[in-house]
Amino acid sequence: MNKSSDTSADAGSTIGREKPGRAKPGASLGAGRGGFREGTTILVILGLGVIMSFLSPYFLTVENFRTMFMSFAINGMVVIAMTLALISGGIDLSVGAVMALVGIVVGTLFLNLHMNIWLAACIGIVLGLAIGAINGFFITRIGLSPFITTLGIMQVGYGVASVVSQGMPLPLQSLPAEFKFLGRGMIGGTGMPFVILLFLVVAFAFDFLSRRSSIIRKIYYVGSNEKAARFSGINVNRVRMGVYMLVGVLSAFAGILSIARFNSATNTLATTVNMDAISAAVIGGASLNGGEGTIFGAVLGIALLALIQTSLNLLDVGPYWQSLVTGLVLLTAVSLDFLSHRKSK
Amino acid sequence: MAQAILEVRDVRKLFFATQALDGVSMSVAPGTVHAVVGENGAGKSTLMNLIGGVYQPDAGEILLEGRKVQLRSPNDALRLGIGFVHQEIALCQHISVAENVFMAANHGVGLVNFTRIFSRTAELLGDFEAHGRIDPRQKVRELSISQQQVVEIVKALSVNCKVMIFDEPTAALTESETEILFRIIGTLKGKGIGILYISHRLAEIYRIADEVTILRDGRLIQTAPVSELGQVELVNKMVGRDLRDIYPAKAPPSAAGAAPRSLLEVKALSRPGEFEDVAFTLREGEILGFAGLVGSGRTEVARAICGLTRKAGGSVVLRGEELDIREYKDAIAKGVVYLTENRALEGLFLELSIAKNISVMDLDRVSSLGLIGRKAESSLAERFVEKMKIRLASVGQKANSLSGGNQQKVLISKLLSVSPKVIIMDEPTRGIDIGSKAQIYYLLRSLASEGIGVIMISSELPEIIGVCDRVAVMYEGRVCGILEGEDVNERSIIRMACLSEEKPENQGTGASK
Repeated sequence: MNKSSDTSADAGSTIGREKPGRAKPGASLGAGRGGFREGTTILVILGLGVIMSFLSPYFLTVENFRTMFMSFAINGMVVIAMTLALISGGIDLSVGAVMALVGIVVGTLFLNLHMNIWLAACIGIVLGLAIGAINGFFITRIGLSPFITTLGIMQVGYGVASVVSQGMPLPLQSLPAEFKFLGRGMIGGTGMPFVILLFLVVAFAFDFLSRRSSIIRKIYYVGSNEKAARFSGINVNRVRMGVYMLVGVLSAFAGILSIARFNSATNTLATTVNMDAISAAVIGGASLNGGEGTIFGAVLGIALLALIQTSLNLLDVGPYWQSLVTGLVLLTAVSLDFLSHRKSK
Repeated sequence: MAQAILEVRDVRKLFFATQALDGVSMSVAPGTVHAVVGENGAGKSTLMNLIGGVYQPDAGEILLEGRKVQLRSPNDALRLGIGFVHQEIALCQHISVAENVFMAANHGVGLVNFTRIFSRTAELLGDFEAHGRIDPRQKVRELSISQQQVVEIVKALSVNCKVMIFDEPTAALTESETEILFRIIGTLKGKGIGILYISHRLAEIYRIADEVTILRDGRLIQTAPVSELGQVELVNKMVGRDLRDIYPAKAPPSAAGAAPRSLLEVKALSRPGEFEDVAFTLREGEILGFAGLVGSGRTEVARAICGLTRKAGGSVVLRGEELDIREYKDAIAKGVVYLTENRALEGLFLELSIAKNISVMDLDRVSSLGLIGRKAESSLAERFVEKMKIRLASVGQKANSLSGGNQQKVLISKLLSVSPKVIIMDEPTRGIDIGSKAQIYYLLRSLASEGIGVIMISSELPEIIGVCDRVAVMYEGRVCGILEGEDVNERSIIRMACLSEEKPENQGTGASK
């Protein structure tokens, strides 16, 4: 997590260096906005962590942290995907449906057609890519809004998943051990689940690429001002198509990991993942207007949501309260951010 | 002088550490036009926003008809009779003209009486002689920019005001609409309304203003009757230094050589409904102006050359090589770039840093193996900040923290970052202060002297005449002629731009003589 301190330090020094002069309102927060949000999220996480370590003796245990990380490692892939869609100025509501559908298709191929599970997984990834391309087609060629398009595809995806599975969960205990390792295995003797490592690697890779890669930079340009991007020689449609295909692949990947972890595929598995992913990305600094947000922030966002959930569990607060708390945290984070910007005007 | 209808006493406004307004006082007498001038960032807009209730002053007071008023919101200001025509068009694009016009006046909770607002809007538009051209039932997004500006003005007029603020109202208006606006301002004066008028166009100020207040760096420099202040004196006070020649010297004819080398040849370019059979040659090292009325097809031609829109026919030849341009990227790769006329909407990434705004056109230049080098990116930006004299604290600050003139320089830097051979600039000085304008003129000239071909589209004849070596005049989608040397003057251009129907034999000429 070195990256984070770097970023906030950067941001801080930018604010410090800014001379009073020509700057117009809004200037001071300048480049610091992303770092600012990441910084506050880290503080909230640490604060809540400290409080919880006093309230529950079980909180500061390896087992607890492992459970917590496990709970968001898979959905975290979807959060990364959602963040990219938000940065591009769009949204993808079909991520959960893709996760569920890919899980069911891969499971069915394995169970009923006795296909090699790795081949089935590859087909699952291609399916995710194809659904992303369909989203992209409606958005860039037909010109529908991302919200409407992906809402439709979400419904279709769940529909297909339900039809294929007939609404019944697929029992997949017979999956080969090497495949199950993806979702359940521990790395030799360390007690570190493989899926957490996998998530951290993917998250770091995407965070790095989102800051440095010239391809992902184009997503920021398109999200920040689509017309200006066009007038700078960027093929806006190609970028948006790429985003939805990437989102499809990441969601499919999450779907495959989830069957490896849970030994079953179900069409209801991923019903809440859309909204959780949007909440996490927004808490971490992404804007529904596009052009803003970081992968690191979004990961912090989902970590915070997982922490809250764990805390509520440890404190014996019933599961019915969790959604309420999540909603309040989302509103608080966004309001504070909004107020801190408005005050400066 | 009668009692001031509006008085501002010693107002101060601090934005962060910047003193945007530092103890400014002024007053407007009823039935007069009071112009406020100054460079971008001088505090004009801030002052107007205080009077219009958009911001609240940190200190000082605002008096309306001698009574102190608190303006907590634009709505407060409007209720007290202060109308505001903003520089940026702030209309709802998806609803009708009439609903936009009466949005301000419609404080009731009841239902909208459409029949009434349609007819009332038609009346108001009639005052503007725009009736028939703009239908009150039309959706705003279907209107051109200048028509939208007319709606914006009509909207402000729909409320009975004591004070009217016009912030750059003519920036998007055609010449004839400007004339009509001036006549309306005359009528408002007659009704005893006090008018505050901001414009970068000095000629307008000398024409309609009674008094002028000069601001610089947030401070009041002087208020005087317009008649007592010469134009040169006015500009010098605005800029705070002597500014004699805002136009650089033109390329001497000898520099072009005996046979000027052609750089870009456009042949028989057409796009149905926009322009037809457009042909011209851009020579190496020249600034070629494009004059003509708004809507004559200049922007459309430029965009088709660059591949921003698809041309239906014709060809573009760069140094003898016919270009196959399918999208803008292809044109950029060949060194043909375009500066949009619409800075905020189509030019800048306002929420992104200046460095990111400058590097966008060719990220490969600052990347290796697909990864952007942060140092390379910021040093690219810093090089242009220095070259273009952009005033900023750090290239990491957001583009929206800059004033209009500096934003424009960022956009030009972005174009220059790809080392272009041909630069097409669409209204490069729209809405920026005179100091920055002069800098841009000199920059264009120095680019030209480096051998770059520059095309400047402009609706301001003085700058076309002052800056360009040759001028192509467009009329209704055709190039009706190219003027050169002594012929580059106001009379010839206007005659050609407005009367060319009389001489159809001239059409399509000028493809180099």
